[in-house]
Amino acid sequence: MIQPGLVLAVSFGYLLLLVAVAAHGDRRADQGRSLIDSSFVYALSWAVYCSAWTYFGSVGRAASGGVWFLPIYLGPMLAMLLAWLVLRKMVRIARSYRITSIADFIASRYGKSPLLAALVTLITVVGILPYIALQLKAVSAGYEALTGGLGQSDAAWWRDGTLYMALSLAGFAVVFGTRHLDLSERHEGMVAAIAFESAVKLAAFLAVGVFVTYGLFGGMGDIWARAQAQPDIAGLLRLGGQGFEGFQGAQWFALTLLSMLSVLMLPRQFQVMVVECVNERHILRASWLFPAYLLLINIFVLPIAIGGMLIFGDGGAGAESYVLTLPLSQGAEWLALLAYLGGLSAATGMIIVETVAVSTMVCNDLVMPALLSSGRFARTGGDLTRVLLNIRRAAILLVLLLGYLYFRIAGEAYALVSIGLISFAAVAQFAPALLGGMYWRGATRAGALGGLLGGSLVWAYTLMLPSLARSGWIGAGFLDGPFGLAFLAPQHLFGLTGFDELTHSLFWSLMVNIGLYVGLSLRGRVSAREASQALLFVEVFQRGQAQPVFWRGRARLEDLRRLAGRFLGAARAEALFRDHARETGTALDSLTADARLVDRVERQIAGAIGTASARVMVESAAQEESLSLGDVLEIIDEASQVRTYARELEEATVELRAANEKLKSLDQLKDDFMSSVTHELRTPLTSIRALTELMLDTPDIQPQEREEFLNIILSESERLSRLVNQVLDLAKIESGMAEWHNTDVDMKALIVAALRSTAELFRERGAEVLADLPEQVPMVLADPDRLTQVLVNLLSNAAKFVPEGRGRVEVALRHRGDELVVTVRDNGPGVAPEDQAAVFDKFRQGGEAGNRPPGTGLGLPISRQIVVNLGGRMWLDSQPGQGACFAFSLPLRSKGGSDDG
Amino acid sequence: MRRRDGPSAQVLLALCGAGFLLFNFPLLLIWDQPLTVLGLPLLPVALFVIWVGLIAALAWVSASRGGRGGKEPEKHEERDG
Repeated sequence: MIQPGLVLAVSFGYLLLLVAVAAHGDRRADQGRSLIDSSFVYALSWAVYCSAWTYFGSVGRAASGGVWFLPIYLGPMLAMLLAWLVLRKMVRIARSYRITSIADFIASRYGKSPLLAALVTLITVVGILPYIALQLKAVSAGYEALTGGLGQSDAAWWRDGTLYMALSLAGFAVVFGTRHLDLSERHEGMVAAIAFESAVKLAAFLAVGVFVTYGLFGGMGDIWARAQAQPDIAGLLRLGGQGFEGFQGAQWFALTLLSMLSVLMLPRQFQVMVVECVNERHILRASWLFPAYLLLINIFVLPIAIGGMLIFGDGGAGAESYVLTLPLSQGAEWLALLAYLGGLSAATGMIIVETVAVSTMVCNDLVMPALLSSGRFARTGGDLTRVLLNIRRAAILLVLLLGYLYFRIAGEAYALVSIGLISFAAVAQFAPALLGGMYWRGATRAGALGGLLGGSLVWAYTLMLPSLARSGWIGAGFLDGPFGLAFLAPQHLFGLTGFDELTHSLFWSLMVNIGLYVGLSLRGRVSAREASQALLFVEVFQRGQAQPVFWRGRARLEDLRRLAGRFLGAARAEALFRDHARETGTALDSLTADARLVDRVERQIAGAIGTASARVMVESAAQEESLSLGDVLEIIDEASQVRTYARELEEATVELRAANEKLKSLDQLKDDFMSSVTHELRTPLTSIRALTELMLDTPDIQPQEREEFLNIILSESERLSRLVNQVLDLAKIESGMAEWHNTDVDMKALIVAALRSTAELFRERGAEVLADLPEQVPMVLADPDRLTQVLVNLLSNAAKFVPEGRGRVEVALRHRGDELVVTVRDNGPGVAPEDQAAVFDKFRQGGEAGNRPPGTGLGLPISRQIVVNLGGRMWLDSQPGQGACFAFSLPLRSKGGSDDG
Repeated sequence: MRRRDGPSAQVLLALCGAGFLLFNFPLLLIWDQPLTVLGLPLLPVALFVIWVGLIAALAWVSASRGGRGGKEPEKHEERDG
């Protein structure tokens, strides 16, 4: 036994530590170095899923049902497999439209309906009470187990320690959840504290597990070996049936499905997963870290349960406190205290987040609409942020007291796990409306209302009321059917037996829920606002930044300012308008209250008071035109047109930029060309002029010398005219002005002729020419003179580059597919890879600048232009040192299909 | 931002379907045998092993998210016109 004073002191010290962690988290957030901006912390905060139910209840469940404690954790595993798809969409939607609670999410989707928001909030409050009661029960039972105190249920209510614990937890949640006047931002400090608590409870549970498994026993195998001696324990680890007979497959499935939905729908899960999400990319890693956490915290559940039963021999009656009593009975009091702190972490973490989430809903969706509809409140124009904060604080206190009430009424009759499952089944009712709303555009407000109402009524009738009846608050006869009507017996509706009460309730409630949701959605007509919200939700990923604004009307700037100031506080309202002015590029004083600004103000207010209330407020501050369905379609159309325009504009800009670049490089090319041409022209001109001057200055020049000079002048003039001709030629071909005399050409004959006319060149260089020509090739349609020009150019190039005296040139003609290919291969130095692309450029000659052979540098570009004009292509294959192979191909085509230019 | 920057939806859906089958009736009955693995009863061991497998698969799929979008080899037109 541990002294109560010590337990209380340690608990209090631990809570103070939590406050310190939270304060540190808030401080870091203010400095812009967020503590929770990490997928690891994000995943730890998700582990708020493991409440006292997990911590104490799992062992209890394992002691009575073996592996049946597991489905509650397998469901989240399955849900996490889809987290990247579903949860990310929820986060994106919530972020885009400043949604801060699950009630807000559902109400916003179905046309910002205040009625729907209120309904969801009511279901949540009623449904979550058993869960909060569970935490209170667990902590008070843990306290009793630790201090050896007897149950105090017979004491007067003001002496009940649980009540004071509930009150102190309420105070704690108030400190955590409503520290800021700033209502719509994330609670960074709270999340940091929750993540810290998750780490503590995992460590504590693992410590107890290791202590039991390896301290009290010789490992898991030892526990199991000893358990097999006792048949009632040995039978635990089977499913409890003979094959298909007897095994509650339906219940197993129901539990898996239930926990899969709950892990997304529970208010606290929505809070930590969606509202407190810093960066949606964290989901990627958190989605597998979180199931890993669940696995770790469950590994020692069975060993502790079986080990406890072996040691205490109580058949599992006190199993829900084995985590505490096992270390305590072995004298390990400090470990027991640590285990208690773990349990306290589990319970307080759940209570804090849950009450903060629920108080937001109660404030925004129950209290605010009531206040706003009372005229007096709407007329006073003061800053309301402090009022809002106080409403939330009161709501936290109220929810905890109601939870305490449920604990007093029904807490004793049920095990922890059964209480928790009642809450799970309640929040599972949100699944059709929430998930359906994210993917099905046709879902309507009427469907969501009907489904939620029907499902939750069936839930209350089949699960909640029986839990009260069990504990004697409703006549026990109720369980056999009200007014003696047996077919209405709440746990066997219409005589349906064979299910346990949870599966039975889940089946009926979800069936009614989905049935009404789908049925009413299919036959109902949607309003314009529902249609627009449906679009914004379902297509949240398609829209990006350019979202359509579904608002038309007139508003005055000062009205908007006043509105924002009331709910956001003066400073944030000012920042809001400043940001808008900056983004739209207008001065702060000349802002116009257009649809985009109204939408922005509405969203920001929605972060503080919920979308439905924000809608009401904006409606009252501006003169709105009500939209018809046609208007909505028109706005969507405009938005998509704007998007299309924007995209086209972007494409056009890119094209223009590319064209500009091209022009610039063409301009550069032209300059290069001009300077090359003038340079090439100047060389022969200079020598002609020099020789002419020389001859003029020396009248008594020797005839032999004169003849030599005149010959040089002649050949230089010829070179000049050749150059000029080639430049003209190229210009003509490039501009498409050249004349083409296309006829059927025998390529083989052309090659033979070209070889004959260049034979002298090769002979001079001492080169050998090999022609590899087939017997017969089809005719091609081409200009024979131009082709000869190409062939002679390639051959004379080859002659220039082959080594003196041992040159070797191979000319080949091939018929390949529907084209003729001519290749001219030499054994010269080849062309380096980096130069290959340039050889077809004008005035680019192969080889080093110093030792290149004479030529204009226009031969290859002209040849290529000719071939391209004839519909073929020309290319170069070359490896340095292994010669070059120039080749060109010409298409075979009939005379009719020619398109000579 | 397109969907491509994360694991593919099809793979995740397939994993979820597989998980649902493995964790449920009737495949669960396969493990309901009076056998032991390393001295431990088969059923819980099997459940935990499947669980670990799913976590590992999810972690792997999440980590190799760049596999589909980023590594597409760029084909160059080698042909000289």
